[in-house]
Amino acid sequence: MTDMNETLIPILGVITDVRIDTPDIKTFRVVTPDGKKPFDHRPGQCAMLSVPGIGEAMFSITSSPTNTEYMEFSIKKCGCVTEWLHAAEEGQMITVRGPYGKPFPVDDVFAGHDMLFIAGGVGLAPLRSVINYCRHYRDRYGRIDIVYGSRSKDDLLDYREIIEEWQNDENVHVHLTIDREQEGWDGHVGFVPNYVKELGFDTNKMAVLCGPPIMIKFTLDGLSELGFDKTQVYTTLELRMKCGVGKCGRCNVGAKYVCKDGPVFRCDELDELPDEY
Amino acid sequence: MQTVTTKSLCERAASLLGEGTVAAVLGWKRGEFDYDLTPAVFTAAEELTEGFIYNDFSGANLSKYLLKKTREIDGKILVFLKPCDTYSFNQLLSEHRFDREKVYAIGIPCSGMADIQKIRKIVGEGITAIEACENSLLVHTLYDDEPISVSCAEVLTERCLNCKSKKHVAYDELIGDEGEVLTSNRFDEVEKIEALSADERFAFWQNELSRCIRCNACRDACPACTCEKCVFDNPNSGVQSKAPGGEFEEKLFHIIRAYHVAGRCTDCGECSRVCPQNIPLHLLNRKFIKDMNETYGEYQAGEYDNQRAPLVNFSLDDPEPSDVVKGGFDRA
Amino acid sequence: MLKCTLSNIDKLFEIVSASMPLYLPTEDKNGAVFKKWQPGTVWSNASNTVKGPKDLFFPQSEDLMAFKTEGKKIEVIDTRTETEDFAVFGVRACDVKSLEILDRVFLTEPRDSYYASRREHGVIISLACNRPTENCFCGTFGIDAAEPMGDVSAWLTDDALYLHANTERGQAFTKLIADLTEACDDSAVSAQKEKNRKVMKRLPLADLEANAFGGSKTEQFFHSPQWEKLSESCLGCGTCTFVCPTCQCYDIRDFKTNNGVVRYRCWDSCMYSEFTKMAHGNNRNSQKERFRQRFMHKLVYFPENNDGIFSCVGCGRCLAKCPISMNIVKVMKALEVDTDD
Repeated sequence: MTDMNETLIPILGVITDVRIDTPDIKTFRVVTPDGKKPFDHRPGQCAMLSVPGIGEAMFSITSSPTNTEYMEFSIKKCGCVTEWLHAAEEGQMITVRGPYGKPFPVDDVFAGHDMLFIAGGVGLAPLRSVINYCRHYRDRYGRIDIVYGSRSKDDLLDYREIIEEWQNDENVHVHLTIDREQEGWDGHVGFVPNYVKELGFDTNKMAVLCGPPIMIKFTLDGLSELGFDKTQVYTTLELRMKCGVGKCGRCNVGAKYVCKDGPVFRCDELDELPDEY
Repeated sequence: MQTVTTKSLCERAASLLGEGTVAAVLGWKRGEFDYDLTPAVFTAAEELTEGFIYNDFSGANLSKYLLKKTREIDGKILVFLKPCDTYSFNQLLSEHRFDREKVYAIGIPCSGMADIQKIRKIVGEGITAIEACENSLLVHTLYDDEPISVSCAEVLTERCLNCKSKKHVAYDELIGDEGEVLTSNRFDEVEKIEALSADERFAFWQNELSRCIRCNACRDACPACTCEKCVFDNPNSGVQSKAPGGEFEEKLFHIIRAYHVAGRCTDCGECSRVCPQNIPLHLLNRKFIKDMNETYGEYQAGEYDNQRAPLVNFSLDDPEPSDVVKGGFDRA
Repeated sequence: MLKCTLSNIDKLFEIVSASMPLYLPTEDKNGAVFKKWQPGTVWSNASNTVKGPKDLFFPQSEDLMAFKTEGKKIEVIDTRTETEDFAVFGVRACDVKSLEILDRVFLTEPRDSYYASRREHGVIISLACNRPTENCFCGTFGIDAAEPMGDVSAWLTDDALYLHANTERGQAFTKLIADLTEACDDSAVSAQKEKNRKVMKRLPLADLEANAFGGSKTEQFFHSPQWEKLSESCLGCGTCTFVCPTCQCYDIRDFKTNNGVVRYRCWDSCMYSEFTKMAHGNNRNSQKERFRQRFMHKLVYFPENNDGIFSCVGCGRCLAKCPISMNIVKVMKALEVDTDD
C-alpha cells in the first residue's frame, strides 16, 4: 500500500474574525471547524489558503506560534483569492495547508541578541509573528526596536496593537513613519530607509527586514552604512507558488526554492543567488 | 534544391550591412545537422558567413519576428522572405503590426521545403547529413553505407505540396526569378472532410485533436496570432488554460483560434509545420478560407498590404446571414 | 538471463495483459506512443517514442481532489484511489533514467502520493537501443543505452528478446512469463551490447560533454552573454517542456463542475509568460529569462540540489520537436564557449 499522506490535500478552516486594518488589508482569524488552531508553526512560516473554485495562494502566518488558539493572516487585496477573501464574512470556511518554509532562527541565532525589526506596508505581516514571539519570550532577547513605515497613517497595519501593546512594553521601542505629511499625524514623516539611517542604530544586534523589494534594497544599503554586516540581517522573499513544497517548480531563485528553502533568507545568502526575485 | 545559393544571399546581406542600409539581418541559422535551422538575427558579415543558411529546411516564416525585432533593433532590418512568407508580411502590414519603414524585404524564390519527418519515414532514423541535388536529396545515415537518394517532390512539406503562389507580393528587392500565382488543389483535403457525415467528421477531428498537448506552438508560430496577450494565457480572462482539461476544451482552443484568424490567415501552414503532434491544423483554417471564398467571393489574405477581410467588410452584395447559415447559398 | 523467441512476443504481451494493464510503444499517426496493449496491438520497436513514459506516472492533467460548497460550508473530498499494478514495456535507457530524476522530485519528503502510488505499482521493462538516432546523447549524462535499467532489463536480437530481472517486482514479472522463456547464458546479449556500443561511438553527438556544468555554476553561467542570442527566436511555446521526460513543473487549478469544484493539476512550462506572474509583478518578465531558467534548471540548479545529477537524459526529443530547432545541445555548446575563455 502506498503511503497516502498528501500535503496537497488541505484541511478545513473557518474564518472566525475579520479585522479591517487598512483600506486594503484585512486580518483573518482562522480555526478548524472544531475550534482549534489548524496546526503548529514557527515564526516566519507560511500557509496555503484556498477558496475552492477561486484558487489557492500562499500567505505568511501573522500570528505568533505562542498563540495556541487560532491563526491569523493579514492579507492585502491584490488578486483573485485575496479579493474573494476580502469579501468573506465570519463563519466562512476556507481550506488551509502547511506550515511551509524555513522559519526565522528565533531560538538559536536571534536568542540573546538585541533585535531590530524593519517593515514597510504589508511587510509587517510576517514580522508580527516573530515580534510577538520575541515579546512572549521577552527574557530571551535584549532591546527590541521596531521601525515601521507605510504610505499613510491609514495604511499602518496593526496600528492599534502597536499603540496599545508594543509601545507600552518594557525595552521595546517603536519608531513609526509615514511617507507624506498628513493631518492628525505628529509622528515622523519620511521613507523607511532614511528613517533607519536617521535613527542610527548600533550594530550589536540582529536585524529583520520585510517590505517591498525597493524598500529592502535601500534599507540594506542604509544598514551597511551603519556598519551592519549582511550576516546580521534577515529578510523574506515572495514569489508565485502553487505546491508550497518545492515540486511545482516556479518559486525558485537559482537553485533555491522560496517555498522550502525560504521564505526567510539571511541577506548574505541572497547575494549568492541570481538577481531574479 | 533551392535556386538561389546561401553564398549569394550572404554576400548581398553583408553588403547591405556594410553600407549601412540595414542594421540587422533576419534569416536562418545553421544547426547541428543540415535540417535543424533556427531563425536568427545577424549583425555582422562574419556572423553571416559562419551561420547563415538558405536550404530546403528554411521553412520558418520570418515575418512574425518583425513585430518584436522592429521594436528591439535600431535601424532597418533586412528580412528574407519566401513567396508564401510575403503574404504574411502584407497581412501584418494591413493590420499595422510593424513599421514598414524599419524593414528591408528581400524576396527569394522557393522550390518547396522538405519535411524531415517524411524523409525519416523513407530512410529511417540516424540522419547524419543531407546533400541537396537538383531534384533530390542525398541522405546519409548512421546505418547505411551509401547515401539514400530521395526525390524532393516526395518529401515536400504538406503546405508546399499545395503551394498557392511562387510570386512575391511584397519586397524591396528580389533575388532570383519571380514566379506565378499557382492554381493549387489545397481545398481537396477540405472537401474530403466536408463529404464526411457529421459523426464521421466529429470523429475525425476528435481523433486528431486528442493528440493536442496544448504546447501552444501553433499559436506562437502563427503570423496571424499577434495579440499582445492571448486570452488563453490571461489569468483574468476566465478561460485561461494550459492543459487539455477535457475533450471539449481542446476543441474550444483550436476552434476559437481558427475563428480568430479567419479572414487574416494567409494559409502559410506554420501551424501544422510546428505542431509536435502532427495535427493538420491548417485544415481548420482552410475550411474557413474555402467558405469565405464561396460566400463572399475569392479572397486571399495578404495579397495586398491594405486589404479589408470579407468578415470585417460590408458590401450590398453580401449574402444574408440566414442564407449562409442554411448553407444553401448559391452565388449565381 | 532469460530468452523469449521473437515469434512468441505477442503471446508474451497477451499473458502479461491478462494479469495487469500493459503499456508499450505502438505506432500512431505521429510516431510511436505508449498505449495499452489490446489484442491486435502491434508493438513498435521505434528508436524512441514521441513522448516518454512520463504520462503514465505524472499525467498531463489529473484530478487531485474535489470540493462541495454550500453557503459558507466546504467539504473536501479525497478522490484518490490506489493505483492498480501495471507494466510498461520497451522503455529506453534514457527514459528509465528520467523516472529516477522524477523520483527525486516527487518522492522527496513530502512525497507526492499521486506519483508515488503509480510508481509503486508500475513495473518497468526497459529495452536496449539497437538503433539510436542522430539526436541521441544519453552518453553525455553517463547513461549506457546498451545497458538499460528498470525492474527488468531487456535486449533484442534478430530472433529473440532477452530479459533479466533487476528487482523483486521484475522477478514477479519474469515469473509471469516463465512458460515463454528459457534460461540462457549471456553470450547473445553481450554480442548485442558490443554492437550497440559501436553504434553509440559513431553518434554525431557522442562527444558532447556535460563536465562544464553542474551545481555551484550559477554565477558562471547565469550572466552569460550567450542567453540573449540563444533565446532570440524562442517562441515561448511549451513543446520542449511537454516532450521532455524530466520536465515536471506543474500548475494547480480549480474547475467548477455542475455539482462542485474539482482541483486538478496539469503540466506547466517555465517557458510560459505567466508562469511566475503574481498580482503585483513577474520576476521573469522576458523570454530570455524564462529560456535561461529552463536550461539553468537542467544543467545547474537541479544538479546542485541532487548530488550532481543533471535533469536531462539526452533523449533528443527537444531536438526533434522544437519548432525553431533550438535545444539543450545548442545551449550547452554555446555556453561551453564561455568556459573555454
